[in-house]
Amino acid sequence: MLKELPPGIWEAARPHGWVLEPDALRLLEAAGVPVARHAFAGGLEEALAAASRIGYPVVAKVVSPAILHKSDVGGVETSIPDPAGLAAAWARLARLEGFRGALVAERLSGLELIVGAKIDEQFGPVILLGLGGTAVEIYRDVVTRLAPLRERDVASMVCCLRGARLLTGYRGCAAVSLPKLTAALLAFSELVTAIAERIDSIDLNPVFCTPERCAVADARIVLAPAP
Amino acid sequence: MGPFDFRPLVKPRRIAVAGVSLTNDRHPANVIYNKIRLRYPVPVHAVNPRGGRFLRDPLYASIAEIPETPDLVVIAVRAEAVPAVLAQCIERGAGAAVIVSGGFAESGRPDLQERIAAMAREAHFPFIGPNCLGVYAPGRFDTFFLPGERLVRPDPGGVGFVSQSGGVLVDQMVKFSAQGLGFSLAVSIGNKAVVREIDLLRHFAADPETRVIAFYLEGFGRNEGRAFLEAAQAAGKPVVVLKAGKTDAGRRAVGSHTASLAGDYRVFSDALAQFGIVEAHDEFELTCFCESLSHYPRAVEGRVGVVTASGGHGALATDILSGLGLEVPALSAALQAEIREGLSANVRPIAALGNPVDLTGSSTDEDFLAAVAALGASPEVDCILLLLLPYSPGISADLGARLSEVHRRSGKPLVAYVPHVEKYRILIEGFELNDVPVASSVDGAAFMVEAMRRCRPC
Repeated sequence: MLKELPPGIWEAARPHGWVLEPDALRLLEAAGVPVARHAFAGGLEEALAAASRIGYPVVAKVVSPAILHKSDVGGVETSIPDPAGLAAAWARLARLEGFRGALVAERLSGLELIVGAKIDEQFGPVILLGLGGTAVEIYRDVVTRLAPLRERDVASMVCCLRGARLLTGYRGCAAVSLPKLTAALLAFSELVTAIAERIDSIDLNPVFCTPERCAVADARIVLAPAP
Repeated sequence: MGPFDFRPLVKPRRIAVAGVSLTNDRHPANVIYNKIRLRYPVPVHAVNPRGGRFLRDPLYASIAEIPETPDLVVIAVRAEAVPAVLAQCIERGAGAAVIVSGGFAESGRPDLQERIAAMAREAHFPFIGPNCLGVYAPGRFDTFFLPGERLVRPDPGGVGFVSQSGGVLVDQMVKFSAQGLGFSLAVSIGNKAVVREIDLLRHFAADPETRVIAFYLEGFGRNEGRAFLEAAQAAGKPVVVLKAGKTDAGRRAVGSHTASLAGDYRVFSDALAQFGIVEAHDEFELTCFCESLSHYPRAVEGRVGVVTASGGHGALATDILSGLGLEVPALSAALQAEIREGLSANVRPIAALGNPVDLTGSSTDEDFLAAVAALGASPEVDCILLLLLPYSPGISADLGARLSEVHRRSGKPLVAYVPHVEKYRILIEGFELNDVPVASSVDGAAFMVEAMRRCRPC
């Protein structure tokens, strides 16, 4: 069963209508959904310390209640090679609207998937799996299932994707770990079922999958409109 | 409160029609009253507050005045007068109603609709509608305000059909009839104020006359979809859904990819697959799927053995089947040898047996019987598609009946294509009367196979 969820997240998110990413990642971790190693830094010193713990290269992302779509405003700095690079990135992020700090995270690689959830008017909570990354809206290769998912739902989701072979192995590309992906989706589905009344939709995009692991690199949780 | 008792709605022993007009014989109530009075074996009574006589029959001033309680009341009065008639039905102890009248939620009077729905719910009194054609029960009665001579009327059969649109239902009756498909019951549910899809789904699930349950749906109410899916999965018989409204018009822009990717139709369609409900994409598929699944309610993997008298038809069918994601596997040398062994001397050297099994235009009944028997007994295919072109003189009128016997021995689903023209009727009936579905086109036959593959949870 789902462990106790971290307190205070919903109250903090209510004023802007969505959960800031450090909180979103805390929520996912508490639910057993694997996420990239990360730390929130309110200042550059903290960021540098976090980066040296995590190990370069790192990613830095703006944390601001005014910015829901970070990459649209230059709020994501990928592949920062060293402390000097991090300091420069910090300076750029700090100029963005509503800047509260930055999330410093390990730089993941692998197959980019999108995992999502939405509360459907007719059917209630729904889980989505698709080929992710920034081109997700172009290819629209996604499949949905009603939550809660069972293990066999995950298997059928994978095989229903047009690009299923990208997950199951194709030529030089190794298969991603389907057991890890399944565990992540089942944990996510359990979380979504538990918080269905609070949310409108969730994007985990991308989720990086390799033969060894699956981990969420970016999370966005949009709240249901206040009653 | 338990489920509705639909017996009075489905098999009424006595019907009353409220709203029969003395001045307008084209009034919906008159059309309904006349058709039941003249063409159906159930007693029917006309009701109008003015009382007196209608033609030579009594015209009752209220439901209360009818000497014996009607099981079913068809209400075709002005919307404002509906609550009073409904109250009479409940008071009298009638079993169900069909409210044909419009003028409710669909035209800005949700209040009036809510009023009658509340009355019915409190009395646990099922009514269909308002704003609907109501019920078509072949051979027993119908409540359609369309003259009988204007309708194509399917025979009694195994399909229970529920339609959110009366027009689609009437049109589907034409298509089902052309396919030789009959209804256990067809219902146009209109505004579905009280009786909703799930209620009729449960009725059909329990009804021994219904073998396939089919829906034309536009959409569910808030959070209504999940209970419907669960009930459909528990029905124990195939459920086929044709969904209209596949484009997401006006979905509000929200700040997530998921909300924009998982549109209403996408979720709907995927949910049907998740619960093993067969989605038909158009009316043609709906007809083919209902035909096939009313014969074969169990799923196949979709490894198809194609038997044909024409190489061209075999190739066309293979293309269509492959396009649908079905498999036409190459047959093993052993199986081919077994089939060849059974062929007539003329055909044996010229038949191509790789799959499609092309018996050529020289083939006779015996060749078809041999090929189907061998495929029926082999684990290499799990269903058989027969392309039967009865132009060649070796094919007799008895082939349908004889092949169906082979099929019954093996238990493996067999679907036939025979051109649907009058002169082949005896051949077609030889299949259909012996429980083998016959399509009127190659694509139709392929869809009949596809139906069986889709009929399981994805």
